[in-house]
Amino acid sequence: MASVLRRSQTVLNSLCRRQFSASPDGNLTTHGGKSMNLYSAINQALHIALETDPRAYVFGEDVGFGGVFRCTTGLADRYGKDRVFNTPLCEQGIVGFGIGLAAMGNRAIAEIQFADYIYPAFDQIVNEAAKFRYRSGNQFNCGGLTIRAPYGAVGHGGHYHSQSPEAFFCHVPGIKVVIPRSPYQAKGLLLSCIRDQNPVVFFEPKWLYRLAVEEVPEDDFMLPLSVAEVIREGSDITLVGWGAQLSVMEQACIDAEKEGISCELIDLRTLIPWDKETVEASVKKTGRLLISHEAPVTGGFGAEISASIVERCFLRLEAPVSRVCGLDTPFPLVFEPFYMPTKNKILDAIKATVKY
Amino acid sequence: MIRFLRRSSSRNLFFGFLNQNLRYSESPVAVRFSGRQTEHHSRLLWPTCRFESTEAARHVDQLYLPNHDDQELDFPGGKVPFTNEMRFIAESTQKRVPCYRVLHENGNTLTSNNFTQLRKDVAIKMYKDMITLQTMDTIFYEAQRQGRISFYLTSSGEEAIAIASAAALLPDDVVLAQYREPGVLLWRGFTLQEFANQCFGNKDDHGKGRQMPIHYGSNHHNYFTISSPLGTQLPQAVGIAYSLKMDRKDACAVAYFGDGTTSEGDFHAALNLAAVLGAPVVFICRNNGWAISTSVQEQFRSDGVVVKGQGYGIRSIRIDGNDALAVYSAVRRARSMAVAEQMPILIEALTYRVGHHSTSDDSSKYRAIDEIEYWKMERNPVDRFAKWLYSNRWLSQEDESNHKTTVKKQLLQAIRNAEKTKKPPVSELFNDVYDHLPKNLEEQEEILRQTMKRYPQDYPSDVPL
Repeated sequence: MASVLRRSQTVLNSLCRRQFSASPDGNLTTHGGKSMNLYSAINQALHIALETDPRAYVFGEDVGFGGVFRCTTGLADRYGKDRVFNTPLCEQGIVGFGIGLAAMGNRAIAEIQFADYIYPAFDQIVNEAAKFRYRSGNQFNCGGLTIRAPYGAVGHGGHYHSQSPEAFFCHVPGIKVVIPRSPYQAKGLLLSCIRDQNPVVFFEPKWLYRLAVEEVPEDDFMLPLSVAEVIREGSDITLVGWGAQLSVMEQACIDAEKEGISCELIDLRTLIPWDKETVEASVKKTGRLLISHEAPVTGGFGAEISASIVERCFLRLEAPVSRVCGLDTPFPLVFEPFYMPTKNKILDAIKATVKY
Repeated sequence: MIRFLRRSSSRNLFFGFLNQNLRYSESPVAVRFSGRQTEHHSRLLWPTCRFESTEAARHVDQLYLPNHDDQELDFPGGKVPFTNEMRFIAESTQKRVPCYRVLHENGNTLTSNNFTQLRKDVAIKMYKDMITLQTMDTIFYEAQRQGRISFYLTSSGEEAIAIASAAALLPDDVVLAQYREPGVLLWRGFTLQEFANQCFGNKDDHGKGRQMPIHYGSNHHNYFTISSPLGTQLPQAVGIAYSLKMDRKDACAVAYFGDGTTSEGDFHAALNLAAVLGAPVVFICRNNGWAISTSVQEQFRSDGVVVKGQGYGIRSIRIDGNDALAVYSAVRRARSMAVAEQMPILIEALTYRVGHHSTSDDSSKYRAIDEIEYWKMERNPVDRFAKWLYSNRWLSQEDESNHKTTVKKQLLQAIRNAEKTKKPPVSELFNDVYDHLPKNLEEQEEILRQTMKRYPQDYPSDVPL
């Protein structure tokens, strides 16, 4: 136990060193409003969703008392146990139930406790939610469904509390996949997902739940889906990522700048349907592309971006597209620092691509 | 702490770490033990195993079992009595759960009062719809054999379940069927032309020609569009029922499925979820003995489907699915209870799939012809209901043959119309994936259209541009 504690403490320290920001100058972005962390921003979005739509429901494993990551704190007390409730431990049941609820004109906000546990619900998402509108000729739809799930590395999660399964879902026409990078983004994007007329899988970077802090307006606001955001302008190379990986990529951009390399950093935000035009415009400007994600490199969504951009920008590319991603292994516990697409791996790839 | 961590699931192990490192405000015990009965369980039972004959164990025993003479264990979810008998619950009941029936094979009712009386007009519509369904099956099956449609699947032998259950429901009850229940849709007024349009996948098909034949759906008739994966409709029915419950509607969700589906995880997910959430769903299992070539002996143990209900805390009944009056009465009662008491009900209707699984199947390869003949001749649901109608003098030979002739004519006309009707335009390939056409699909449509112009011979001529 003691050793476990020590290890966790070490990890926590390393987490704290992982500075977060998402602005061009590397400082915390200011949007006005209260300074809050990512889980509080999610919580605020859920409060607003329930407040503004009496047909909105929040449900999943342990959401009643506030959820294991505290994202649903205070919701059941405020909106009642009929609208915010625990379900049995059954992911396929949660998503299937959510589809039915959404199909009756409700906003069904389902929580899967960890993205690692979403697989029992894969059939409901892929064969049911994604095809519900299409197969019925638009007689029925479950557009009110939003599936929230914490994803990604956290320093000590091992195989089953660390995975980034986004690529599986990016292969499925009919759903949207959205991943926020910060508290402000999380609130605005989640509200858009909840109110979108299509089923959405919303992966939340659990590494940032407590660590990422920024100013978030208290009011009800939405950020557009399928619109990428250039969060750092540059001229030598384009970097594309999403979620928690952006803060790592940003550190690499800062270090590269010290060596005279100007990096443009793009947050894709919505993975499908994705904003090809923004990435294309950037790569046409810089002539180089690097994609980074935590998920294993083979078959990752980086491959799709790479292929699409090569199709569109072949003659403008000065170097092969670079991918700095997770390794093709299961997500390992003690080897996590080796597995991860770290800042220095990215920095090396930036330099190699620029010098190619 | 160590003890707890060793007993807990990997998720709780993870939360344990989180609690120590990231949480400050909550008491770890309160967090860990909220809402998880299994965890309480481990807290109660584990200490006595690990610390047997030690002082610590005695201390723990006293803590949780303060009175050794106590006859009950105060366990989350309710008190549990103690027993000194080590008795395992049998794997199956000694006698099989009996099957509720009203009509004898000879058409006479077996009981005078334990069923819902049918109105004459309802009874006659039921019978006519059964005949229509049979006729539709014969003609569409033949159309498939002639290569005019790609696939078909009949309801032969199971006509009573679909029609009689549909008759017992109210129009606001929301139906989630599997694929062998077009009778429900027929009862609700889906026209023969609409059935034909779907099977031919023409532009008038509500599903816009996107799914194989028999995947019907109609918003107008509160009948969700069929999907091929088995059991997926069951947890969805719980969500639909929960919405009806929140809206305080006088309606329930009704989910149909077969014996094979009860092996799918979604079946178990749905029953548990429905029971826990108090969702008004009527689960109707058509246990027809065969899941393609897999018999019920290869599908499950114990006494079939009905006994599973109690395990989930669901009121359940087994009925004779070939007895239209029993089906009608049981479903009528089930939907009333589901709505009035806001709870799920499970019905296992015993029947038999007289036809092949589908047009892609030849069931003579795996089951005895005698068995099929027995169900076709001696346990025929439509014949039995007809005998009752005749004995009531509600039906004449003339009515029956007139109806058959009319329906046959209508069906042949519907097929001719459906065949002549154009397919949906190419744009419908791209619509409805999302509420709006995203850029990637716009782009792909443009590229496809250019290719179509260059190679028109590669594409079917009956699909308009």
